[in-house]
Amino acid sequence: MKEILNLQIGPVAFRIGSAWRAPIEALAKLYEGYPAPAGGIADFTVRLEPEKPWRRFVRPSVAIRGDYILPDAAPLPLSLGLLAAEMGMNLQMALGQKNWLLLHAASVEKDGRALILTGESGAGKSTLSALLGERGWRLMGDEFALLDLDSGMLLPFPRAVSLKNGAITVMEAEAGAARFGPRLVGTPKGDIRHLRPNDEAIARMGEGAMPALILFPRFGPAAAVRGVGQAETFMRLTQASTNYVALGEPGFNALTRLVRGVPALAIDYPDTATAVGLVEDFRQELAA
Amino acid sequence: MGDPIYIADSRDVRSVPLDGLTLIYHAPSGMTHIVAPPAPEILEALDAGPADPAELLRRLRARFEFEGEDAIHARLEELEASGLVRRG
Amino acid sequence: MMAARLLVRALRDPQGVQVADWNALVSAARAEQLLGSLAARMEGRAVPPRVAAMFEAARRDSERQRTQALWEAEMARRALAALDVAVVLLKGTAFHVAGLEASAGRSVGDLDILVPRDALGAVETALLAAGWEHLKSAGSYDDAYYRRWMHELPPLIHRDRDRMIDVHHTILPPTARPKPNSARMIADSVTLESGFRVPCPADLIIHAAAHLFADGDLAGGLRNLWDIDRLLREFDSPDFRQTLDERAQLHGLGSAVALALRLAHRLYGSPVADSRSRLSDRLFEPRLLARNGWGQEKRKALRFAFYVRSHWLRMPPLMLARHLWIKATR
Repeated sequence: MKEILNLQIGPVAFRIGSAWRAPIEALAKLYEGYPAPAGGIADFTVRLEPEKPWRRFVRPSVAIRGDYILPDAAPLPLSLGLLAAEMGMNLQMALGQKNWLLLHAASVEKDGRALILTGESGAGKSTLSALLGERGWRLMGDEFALLDLDSGMLLPFPRAVSLKNGAITVMEAEAGAARFGPRLVGTPKGDIRHLRPNDEAIARMGEGAMPALILFPRFGPAAAVRGVGQAETFMRLTQASTNYVALGEPGFNALTRLVRGVPALAIDYPDTATAVGLVEDFRQELAA
Repeated sequence: MGDPIYIADSRDVRSVPLDGLTLIYHAPSGMTHIVAPPAPEILEALDAGPADPAELLRRLRARFEFEGEDAIHARLEELEASGLVRRG
Repeated sequence: MMAARLLVRALRDPQGVQVADWNALVSAARAEQLLGSLAARMEGRAVPPRVAAMFEAARRDSERQRTQALWEAEMARRALAALDVAVVLLKGTAFHVAGLEASAGRSVGDLDILVPRDALGAVETALLAAGWEHLKSAGSYDDAYYRRWMHELPPLIHRDRDRMIDVHHTILPPTARPKPNSARMIADSVTLESGFRVPCPADLIIHAAAHLFADGDLAGGLRNLWDIDRLLREFDSPDFRQTLDERAQLHGLGSAVALALRLAHRLYGSPVADSRSRLSDRLFEPRLLARNGWGQEKRKALRFAFYVRSHWLRMPPLMLARHLWIKATR
């Protein structure tokens, strides 16, 4: 592979190889300040390579490959190479990660208490967690939350936050320009811009926290809060996990311990300011 | 006559009750099931030993108010399909 | 390529092998479906901490795969119990139910079973009644292709467990030149204490050899040969070598098996009767070792040549042309 970047993100080390320079350069810039994996050994390998040999130069097309591959994944144009690298890392985690229970969720931490934000795509979890990350909370991750099977701790996985369309404008008003990746247009999901977590999140990427609250946020006309039962929470979390089945009994134990020990709330919110307010209320209640 | 005998696959089964429902981790299959009454009660009743539907009904009625034989057959079919119960 | 050679050496001599590039070894192992086997072999060897964690995760995953394989076999047994038909488990699942050394770290995808040809209909009906479903819609060309020319029912997938079962009545397509003796495979199968049936040890090796050459384009070759190596080491004896040879002849797979043994010896040092290489063997080695340290398959031209060759072995030329034409125009 022509160009290579090694990245440590939380407890996971990636080796990313690319046939083109541009995606690696963009990735290195986006992840400025992130450590390199100790000893140069990676947990997962991502490969950005041409779909067919001539597609390296002619209408360059990036196939997303690596240790774990989706056979029918569509390639992306080279202009979206950075997105391809991010998707490649997601793929390795989703298909290959079996050390921790992997939840498709955002997570933030304050005063040693972690909040898990999970639910359907498009419910604004990424934006909400990114915003909280600028409001005194430590962003642990916007895409994947890692639950330690033995301790029940949540581990950080602070990848660059993937902001879409309107959320980009919201966060551009909140975070310094240097932390943003390029605006990627014409992606399958519209416009995307990546935001690097702040220095504190990066510096503390090795620090876990015990989960204190599970939230199922959803856009709604008015602010509303309701409790979610344990059985429902369990079921929804298994649906949000790519590796629950693969982990067997330790996974079952970890997830039952989580739902029995941590309360869950479904919140409707009309705008992110309301959501942030609600979260602050919960935090105060938890601290009391 | 001709009614099958059912056996609960009770090796290595972990049950965790949550609000109203029961989580079952079945180690031989590695599968997790979420079951609602009367399924957990049927499994418990079969723990005492294999039984045909009539005997199972007797055991259940001894402990609970249990309606409808039809329900038994439907639930047993589901439990069999899930692997938690097998025919002996 | 260096990484594939390193992988072979690591499997062969896990304690002694010098590893300069662990990334290359792990990526090559993953690409060849051999990470579980590698982790099993390297148990006890001092490795860098991150590698140790990866191997530990791989071992746990292997355990889970074993559990799943055994469970699929059990559910198939329950579904087919009433039929009173001989059901022989094949490949990875057979290794696991029989507790063979070849099962250590062995990943298992689908469940493969061998049944008598005239039982196919009844088996299919029973499986469908027990929750398996067809993958492709009935009446399509592929469905007809599978039923008429291939050696199995179209793949079935279980609607709840999402796992596939492949039902075979012979281990090679009826259109392939060698005609393995399914009736003898079934008749001479071993019934285990658990009640499961697996092919006799010689047939396990013969099946792996047939699978390697006649069934595929050598994709997965390193793993197939590793299976063969493990089986040979577990069962090797002067009597066994003779039995293996006789049964290979019985199944019409004498040359395929001989080639497999020579290659297994070349790569893994397997104990074989006659290890003298032929010149043509050297053609296979680059194809088997085409994996690099990034997990990529190099030497694409060689790969295409083997793909056409394997289809040639499976289907007479006219059929092949028709099949490729229809596939290409869909």
